[in-house]
Amino acid sequence: MKNEIYIAPLKFGNLSILKEIENRLKKLLWERINFIQLGLDIESAYSEARAQYFSTQIIADASKLTGEINGKIILITEADLFVPVLTFVFGEAQLNGKHAIVSVCRLHEEFYSGTGNDELLIKRTIKEILHELGHCYGLKHCSNWDCVMHSSAAIEEVDIKGEFYCRHCRKLVVST
Amino acid sequence: MGNKESILIVDDERIVRESLLHWFEEEDYLVHTAENGEEALKKFEKGKYDLMLVDMKMPGMSGLELLSKVKEIDKNVVVILITAFASVPTAIKALKDGAYDYVTKPVDPDELAHLVKNALEQKSLKTENEMLKENIEEIVRPDNLIGESVQMQQVFDLIHTVAPTDTTVMIRGESGTGKELVAKAIHINSKRKYFPIVPVNCGALAESILESELFGHEKGAFTGAQFRRKGKFEMADCGTIFLDEVGTISPKMQIELLRVIETKQFNRVGGNQLIKSDFRVIVATNEPLEDLVKQGKFREDLYYRLNVFSIIVPPLRERTGDVPILAYYFLNKFATMMNKNIKTISPEAMDFLVKYDWPGNVRELENAIERAVVVGKGDAIKVQDLPFNVSANGNMFSTDSDDKSLAAIEKKYINKILNENNWNISRSAQILEIDRVTLYNKISKYGLKRANT
Repeated sequence: MKNEIYIAPLKFGNLSILKEIENRLKKLLWERINFIQLGLDIESAYSEARAQYFSTQIIADASKLTGEINGKIILITEADLFVPVLTFVFGEAQLNGKHAIVSVCRLHEEFYSGTGNDELLIKRTIKEILHELGHCYGLKHCSNWDCVMHSSAAIEEVDIKGEFYCRHCRKLVVST
Repeated sequence: MGNKESILIVDDERIVRESLLHWFEEEDYLVHTAENGEEALKKFEKGKYDLMLVDMKMPGMSGLELLSKVKEIDKNVVVILITAFASVPTAIKALKDGAYDYVTKPVDPDELAHLVKNALEQKSLKTENEMLKENIEEIVRPDNLIGESVQMQQVFDLIHTVAPTDTTVMIRGESGTGKELVAKAIHINSKRKYFPIVPVNCGALAESILESELFGHEKGAFTGAQFRRKGKFEMADCGTIFLDEVGTISPKMQIELLRVIETKQFNRVGGNQLIKSDFRVIVATNEPLEDLVKQGKFREDLYYRLNVFSIIVPPLRERTGDVPILAYYFLNKFATMMNKNIKTISPEAMDFLVKYDWPGNVRELENAIERAVVVGKGDAIKVQDLPFNVSANGNMFSTDSDDKSLAAIEKKYINKILNENNWNISRSAQILEIDRVTLYNKISKYGLKRANT
């Protein structure tokens, strides 16, 4: 990967989780991971009817603030995201583009088993960040379940897909 | 890797078209859109599509009208109708007119993904043989299943024999020998390779959690279950389920497990719907199950159900010829990860590695090399970089500290036992002959943490 990668928390209060995510991403990606504050208010993307935030609009609003930044920008939020036709999304990315967004809202284990698990939350978040980042580098979904680029429309699939890019996807990312 | 099947999205709302376009492009489909029925029909006449997602209610030509017209052109096209307002009569009419299915928006992404995938698979002209294009003369192995010794070659031969079948496999071997890697190798050389292998560490989960983990649960099945959750058996549909430490399962769960393996049917916790799943079973154990059967701790009928084809993975000390190749594999892995220019292992360090008896097997070797790369300076791993020295009789003494106090030795020994047993608290406590609470207290007291492997 040749670009710098920026992580921009939006409506994200859990600083200890954020710090741990930063540490692990730095180890995984061998690149400079930078945390930035965009100062973006995402309330304009809120849908009262859905009680969720429209991910596409957040990305569009963020794009207006990041013109000077060279690199890939991953927005990370605790807000629950949607696109109109789906009940929710874990994240969204501009395919071969600059921006992506990941929500940790539905990655919390306590919603599924009743018991919180920070380690699992961090692992899932890292996977989704790598997944959306892969889309920003032009990767589409991979059919290899051992690859983080495998599609995951439900939390069970997030858990069973791989934690990093497979050899094939890694080659495509490194060559960009 | 892509399907390149083509999808036409028909909806008068731009944002819906764009969202679905984006969604399916990520899946590597060829995707086009149309904002009304007339435009869709023109596009369909020019180039056929494998699947259409059509909004029911559009100005001008409705979704049902479009369905009729495209079916006249190509009766095999798959049409899924989407509507914001579900009604039974309309749904029935749609299905009678040839729609594949009918969904209400917003759609659960998992449901939509599986619906489209299943629809295209049914339509597809691909055969299973066409998917398995490779003529497997040499088995495909996970990158880190390594060995050139006679013992490992025997393991690879057994993998080669059993992989193409659907036979249940029991993998046996000490902790840290790579049983999960063997399971993966079986899976990726089987006809199920395009579906997931789903691992479950039975030893790490309490019985109540294991049940939900294996079978899933419905929303509201217990306090805190805010969403429905599919279990591992359901996730392994068409794939493989890998049950590690199967000997630790409680008698009650053994009954459930036997029933599911035999019937391939189960209910989610708190649910009434019968779920069917077509999975292959691979299990692993480092315990002598035969003894557990004699003691009445493991069901004999389940034992025979699981022990159809057995692969024994040898401990590292019985295949020391593989130590150099494994050591260099891990050196390359960690040096790359940590961006360190360490390319070789000194002859003295390699001699030490080969002579050591590796009670923790390959996992322990991996940890040792990782630690050596962290502390190493220069371009070679030296003996002093390794986390231990071997005495004349092969026992382990740490060089980490000069502290020879009882507490230091106790800390070191507890850590060793935990690592050897993959941090299985119950088993470790049993070996140490202390109770679980005492072990948890000592872990907290010494600040012990499980190393990432």
